[in-house]
Amino acid sequence: MARILDRRRLVPNLHLIEVEAPEVARKCRPGQFVILMPDERGERIPLSISDWDAARGSVTSVFLTVGTSSHKLSRLAAGDEIPVYVGPLGRPSEIENFGTVLLAGGCFGIGAIYPLARALKKAGNRVLTVIDVKARYLLYWEDKLRAASDRVFIASRDFALDSKQYVPAKIEEILGAGPKVDRVIAIGCTYLMYSCAMATKPRGIKTIVSLNPIMVDGTGMCGACRCTAAGRTKFACVDGPDFDGHEIDWDELFKRRKSYFDDEIRSLCYWERKEFP
Amino acid sequence: MAEDKKELSPDAKARLKAEYGREWRQELRKATPLKDRMKAERRKMPERPPEVRNKDFREVNLGLDAEAARAEARRCWDCANPQCVSGCPVGIDIPSFVKLIEQGKFLEAAWKLKETNSLPAICGRVCPQETQCEDLCNVKKATGRAVAIGNLERFAADFERGSGKIVIPPLPPPTGRKAAVIGAGPAGLTVAGDLAKLGHKVTIFEALHISGGVLVYGIPEFRLPKAILKAEVEYLKRLGVEIRTSFVVGKTATIDDLRADGFEAFFIASGAGLPNFMRIPGENLVGVYSANEYLTRVNLMKAYDFPNYDTPVFPARRAAVIGGGNVAMDSVRTAKRLGAERAMIVYRRSRQELPARIEEVHHAEEEGIEFHFLTTPIRYLGDEAGHVRAMECLKMGLGEPDASGRRKPVPIEGSEFTTEVDMVVVAIGQSPNPLIPQTTPGLTMGKWGNIDVDWKTMRTSLEGVYAGGDIIRGGATVILAMGDGRIAAAEMDAYLKARPRS
Ligand SMILES: Cc1cc2nc3c(=O)[nH]c(=O)nc-3n(C[C@H](O)[C@H](O)[C@H](O)COP(=O)(O)OP(=O)(O)OC[C@H]3O[C@@H](n4cnc5c(N)ncnc54)[C@H](O)[C@@H]3O)c2cc1C
Ligand SMILES: Cc1cc2nc3c(=O)[nH]c(=O)nc-3n(C[C@H](O)[C@H](O)[C@H](O)COP(=O)(O)OP(=O)(O)OC[C@H]3O[C@@H](n4cnc5c(N)ncnc54)[C@H](O)[C@@H]3O)c2cc1C
Ligand code: SF4
Ligand code: FES
Repeated sequence: MARILDRRRLVPNLHLIEVEAPEVARKCRPGQFVILMPDERGERIPLSISDWDAARGSVTSVFLTVGTSSHKLSRLAAGDEIPVYVGPLGRPSEIENFGTVLLAGGCFGIGAIYPLARALKKAGNRVLTVIDVKARYLLYWEDKLRAASDRVFIASRDFALDSKQYVPAKIEEILGAGPKVDRVIAIGCTYLMYSCAMATKPRGIKTIVSLNPIMVDGTGMCGACRCTAAGRTKFACVDGPDFDGHEIDWDELFKRRKSYFDDEIRSLCYWERKEFP
Repeated sequence: MAEDKKELSPDAKARLKAEYGREWRQELRKATPLKDRMKAERRKMPERPPEVRNKDFREVNLGLDAEAARAEARRCWDCANPQCVSGCPVGIDIPSFVKLIEQGKFLEAAWKLKETNSLPAICGRVCPQETQCEDLCNVKKATGRAVAIGNLERFAADFERGSGKIVIPPLPPPTGRKAAVIGAGPAGLTVAGDLAKLGHKVTIFEALHISGGVLVYGIPEFRLPKAILKAEVEYLKRLGVEIRTSFVVGKTATIDDLRADGFEAFFIASGAGLPNFMRIPGENLVGVYSANEYLTRVNLMKAYDFPNYDTPVFPARRAAVIGGGNVAMDSVRTAKRLGAERAMIVYRRSRQELPARIEEVHHAEEEGIEFHFLTTPIRYLGDEAGHVRAMECLKMGLGEPDASGRRKPVPIEGSEFTTEVDMVVVAIGQSPNPLIPQTTPGLTMGKWGNIDVDWKTMRTSLEGVYAGGDIIRGGATVILAMGDGRIAAAEMDAYLKARPRS
């Protein structure tokens, strides 16, 4: 059992969850994730680690409400307990002085790039951060990211914000404007990561993505998380989650992520009928 | 043939002999003449009818009742030289427990079993008795039908559990020594129990959220009800064992971290959790599972009760399971239970070579499982959504015997054919889990990714670190894992007691 210390809505559909997990907090590195189960009948779902506090013994993630598990999580409150919280899983991201690193985050990835920004900055990099939001009211952690980055750009389709473009176009614009970028790291929904990788491919800039295939155990035992990188099958939970975005078989990933599409809808409807009769 | 006929230690022989000579045993032997014992038919294990049981997950075998158990026990001659014992990897005093059953002393029989086997209710259900104890049974030599040792083992253990009279042995004063057990499968549970009974403070670290290893995530409810495992785990807790679930050693903390936290001895029992694939085209299509994933979804996550439980699993119409071992049988029988119209075993060798237990094969056939021998898939074909829709196979012939002594399957050229399937489960074996080796510097590994140990002591290349079960053997059996645990626990006890106080 793990105790929830905080659970609050950041912006519509995106929530923060902070969990008491001293061992995980002691051990975790940027780029790793946890697996949790919202209740005894729940599914084991992976969430990236967005922050941690070793002294307080806590670990924070940001999640998007999509299906049953994330909806269940969004209804928990500080003091509640969840039956499974295990981590830190996956290999930590490579952190060294690459020179200039461009980070791109969208959706829960805005949270997930934060520890990377912090660590890369500390390692001596110039950190350029692009936050992708559909509209202004979906922006969160801008201040945290500004504090951890050299520059922050906002990619958005909201006319109230300056850019009015989706993140790959923004990346093109930044790269076109001249600064030499040595590495790009993109975290968010599969489509965002895919399109960032496509945007940087012609320029040959190494682009790391944090893959999000369906997982069960997260320890290499089941193979649910298989994906193909450079023509070879990998288990994302132990070989990743970071991979070179130019080597990924994206079509396979998109399809495998949709494996249980009908079941997920059925599950959510079933849960909603029970919760909101 | 018995896979593993063991020469008993002089100690074990002496113990058997002393028990054999006891007065009550002599009298019991005299009470029924051999020819009467030989006349009795082997008692059949009562089973639920195939067409009923293949639709649900309740246990197939119902267990002998007391009368049948005593009658079955009476078939045993109580031999002066009991061969069965050398067929048991842990050397259970089989005649003693069987004769206690004959006498109606069922609880005593269970205690006798527990002297050498801490999980008899489990072994009685899943051990391959037909190639171990029962294969060497003298009654089998004389009549063709061995004493049903496994069924009797199960009976005694179930009786004890049902009686509510599970005794907690008197525990010695705490030694103040801390031992860490990594993995809560049969190997780890055995070591934990043994060390706790010797007064050590034991903590089990388990990656998953429920203890039991393969016994909980792999072997299905219809063969091994989870309640049995739960009772065993409760028993360990009552012995003072602490269990930390959702703790991945190598990730949450390394062995070195645990050492720094005051653990002095370690037993690595992390199993053979890495699923093997065939590396053929289409293996990553949606609907192609490893057996581990398929069984974990169904058993551990209870996907058979979706949407009451949140984890889904494909309900196949035409399911193909690749492989011929227990894992394949469990997978294919699971697919049938989840509603598959056709549930097929696709195995590259012939019936004679099937590595699964005979009882499982027999049960599978009764339940309407199809067997396709001498066949191997070479490619999976998908539809537009990337979901498997067919598989292309090759027919095989049998060539010369290979290293395992089994005839090697050789492809027959031009024999390709395609068959429609909407789910595939790959059950061709597991390799040792690499997580701990990767994060434990100095641990010497064998060439199959297994941890190297000294087989007499289960000691690894690192001071105070022992290992056993599937992580040293690759996919083996429950009883061998437990046997390793027994040896390791004794060694760890000696090691802990000899250590200077810091
Ligand atoms: C390494 C990793 C890190 C992730 N980090 C985050 C994060 O920080 N924040 C966040 O919001 N999301 C993250 N995800 C995705 C998150 O796990 C899914 O959104 C979540 O499982 C959805 O569950 P659900 O029941 O709410 O939705 P469902 O309705 O069950 O599923 C919605 C979609 O989520 C995916 N999904 C479903 N079950 C799983 C599963 N067991 N494992 C992985 N994906 C699944 C499927 O592709 C599905 O189409 C991460 C995924 C991975 C693999
Ligand atoms: C489907 C199936 C059916 C089988 N049927 C039979 C049968 O009928 N008869 C028989 O005798 N044998 C059978 N076997 C084989 C038998 O189950 C195994 O040989 C036995 O379970 C091995 O025991 P173990 O303790 O070594 O490992 P496991 O049972 O594999 O347990 C290992 C445990 O360690 C945990 N773990 C792994 N890594 C870590 C880590 N880093 N940190 C913490 N914990 C970790 C795992 O989660 C797991 O719980 C079957 C196996 C399968 C898969
Ligand atoms: S443990 Fe297995 S081999 Fe030993 S007596 Fe029991 S059934 Fe037979
Ligand atoms: S989630 Fe099971 S192997 Fe990666």
